[in-house]
Amino acid sequence: MTIRKMLMASVAVACAAMPVSAIADTSGKKIALSNNYAGNSWRQAMLTSWNKVTGEAVKSGVVAAADAFTTAENQATEQAAQIQNMILQGYDAIVLNAASPTALNGAVKEACDAGITVVSFDGIVTEPCAWRIAVDFKEMGRSQVEYLSKKLPQGGNLLEIRGLAGVFVDDEISAGIHEGVKQFPQFKIVGSVHGDWAQDVAQKAVAGILPSLPEIAGVVTQGGDGYGAAQAIAAAKRPMPVIVMGNREDELKWWKEQKDASGYETMSVSIAPGVSTLAFWVAQQILDGKEVKKDLVVPFLRIDQANLEENLANTQAGGVANVEYTQEDAIKVIEAAK
Amino acid sequence: MRLTISADAIRLAIPALSLTMLLAAVFWLQPRAMSYVGLNLLFNLAVPIALATIAQMLIMAVNDLDLSMGTFVSFVACVTATFLRDAPMIGALILAGVVMVYAVLGVVIHLRNLPSIVVSLGMSFVWAGLAVLLLPAPGGQAPDWVRALMTMKPPFAPMAIVVSVAIAAAAHLLVMRSSLGVLIRGVGGNERSVERAGWSVLAARAAAYGLAGFFAVLAGIALVGLTTSADANIALRYTLLSIAGVILGGGEFIGGRVSPVGAVIGALTLTLAGSFLSFLRISPDWQIGAQGAILIIVLALRLLLNRVEKREKGR
Repeated sequence: MTIRKMLMASVAVACAAMPVSAIADTSGKKIALSNNYAGNSWRQAMLTSWNKVTGEAVKSGVVAAADAFTTAENQATEQAAQIQNMILQGYDAIVLNAASPTALNGAVKEACDAGITVVSFDGIVTEPCAWRIAVDFKEMGRSQVEYLSKKLPQGGNLLEIRGLAGVFVDDEISAGIHEGVKQFPQFKIVGSVHGDWAQDVAQKAVAGILPSLPEIAGVVTQGGDGYGAAQAIAAAKRPMPVIVMGNREDELKWWKEQKDASGYETMSVSIAPGVSTLAFWVAQQILDGKEVKKDLVVPFLRIDQANLEENLANTQAGGVANVEYTQEDAIKVIEAAK
Repeated sequence: MRLTISADAIRLAIPALSLTMLLAAVFWLQPRAMSYVGLNLLFNLAVPIALATIAQMLIMAVNDLDLSMGTFVSFVACVTATFLRDAPMIGALILAGVVMVYAVLGVVIHLRNLPSIVVSLGMSFVWAGLAVLLLPAPGGQAPDWVRALMTMKPPFAPMAIVVSVAIAAAAHLLVMRSSLGVLIRGVGGNERSVERAGWSVLAARAAAYGLAGFFAVLAGIALVGLTTSADANIALRYTLLSIAGVILGGGEFIGGRVSPVGAVIGALTLTLAGSFLSFLRISPDWQIGAQGAILIIVLALRLLLNRVEKREKGR
């Protein structure tokens, strides 16, 4: 009797221990994407990348599910409810592009308390229990001036095109640009306009400020505004300065035309919408039991003279140049943060 | 006189029925929700909405409409996450002050005979501006006691349910059982006869607005207790949600016909409708439409019952 009991007990222990030994396996884990907005080309590309990469991951059995949810309205309260629903639905990890850096903290905390891994990216959250994959927007601005300093060692006047006033990203990129100008004092910002990350707005704004400006050597931008600036400068019949582009398809196309016609040289930098897939792999790595630092930095996507054609060919008309990240990329980013 | 079900009971039956049906559907889709924790997760964000709905209901009881509810709750959330934590006295004074502002608004609207929609729409910009001034970037932190209150785990039923029942009971006592409540509803029903009976309509309207301000302040505090920090745009949806909640719960735009219990149920139903659609995995492009469809179905049901009610009376 006792032997039988002991046998049964040991079987029970073995059964209970089994999942523990298999903890590094994520094939049974479910990951959800909580997204607050899908109304522009960048977000659409982000969702497409997510579906493509996670679709393959699910098919090959890396994870059990990777469902994307987008809130109907871009509101923090609604996204908080969405996250709470995900807790109920039993997801093991939530990948989050947040409507607000702070207003979701309560819901994120609920998720953490329920044992769910929360990885925020792009729109990050401040709740300490969540992971953050942030973009170094400052470095993105600074690197533009650094590039120009190599291209134009003698320096010159710069025109700065900013984004949407009052948005955190605009402040960060602009701060980086000004930092860069401090670092390379041969440059001087002679004018600054808000292009709202839209070609038509940028074109109007640049056309408006151009007559009051001396000759400009370079235009530093935030993405989505380079093509409009080029149109305005061409219309004013001024010599074409070096315009830093922002990976939009129309910008790359214009650059390619200029390159073919007159050997025009510049560079292009922005965040790839595929960063959602990086967040996915990071979440998968955390579920896999890897030790990951809470704050990670996502590399931005830079296009140079040499790889312009390749990137242009891969970019949809009206879209944004994109990269989809792999598990190896995520491991590299995690290692780099250590 | 065969069945003596009061008109009020019928009014309440529809929202209660729709809530039960939605709840059953959610439980069927997601059995995990059928637990203490599950119910709390489903309904805790409904608590601030329920409070805002009661506030809106008080204003609708005097035939007015408050379009600044969302921005006002956002503003209160910002005050809660900043002043109420760092300098509780000043925070409490500010909140008491804005409740007074609400009462004064009621007085101004009554004395100058202004349309409440215009006044509250104007005020919404004031509140939004103040909120941005307080918190230009999202941040702040909920006072510990607020956080503790909103995350407490009472025995038997989760916080969200206990608090919702308490809100409904308090509002019911206030609006349906107290003489002030009768007066407020009387102003909505027939202002002139209330005046002729010797009551001050001005005082009633000021009281209704002041009480509404008080409940909206509670909504803002409760919201911050759930989110832990604030954002100047945190509650913009509450304007429409609160109006929809009142109507869904059996209230009317005019005539002082309101139901506090119904309003709370309406707020819960609206919250649940969102979860229901999310569990159904309806694409976001359709979600707003589907939410609207749920509203229309419930209202259509009510219209049908209203007709039955009228026919009964006509007999």
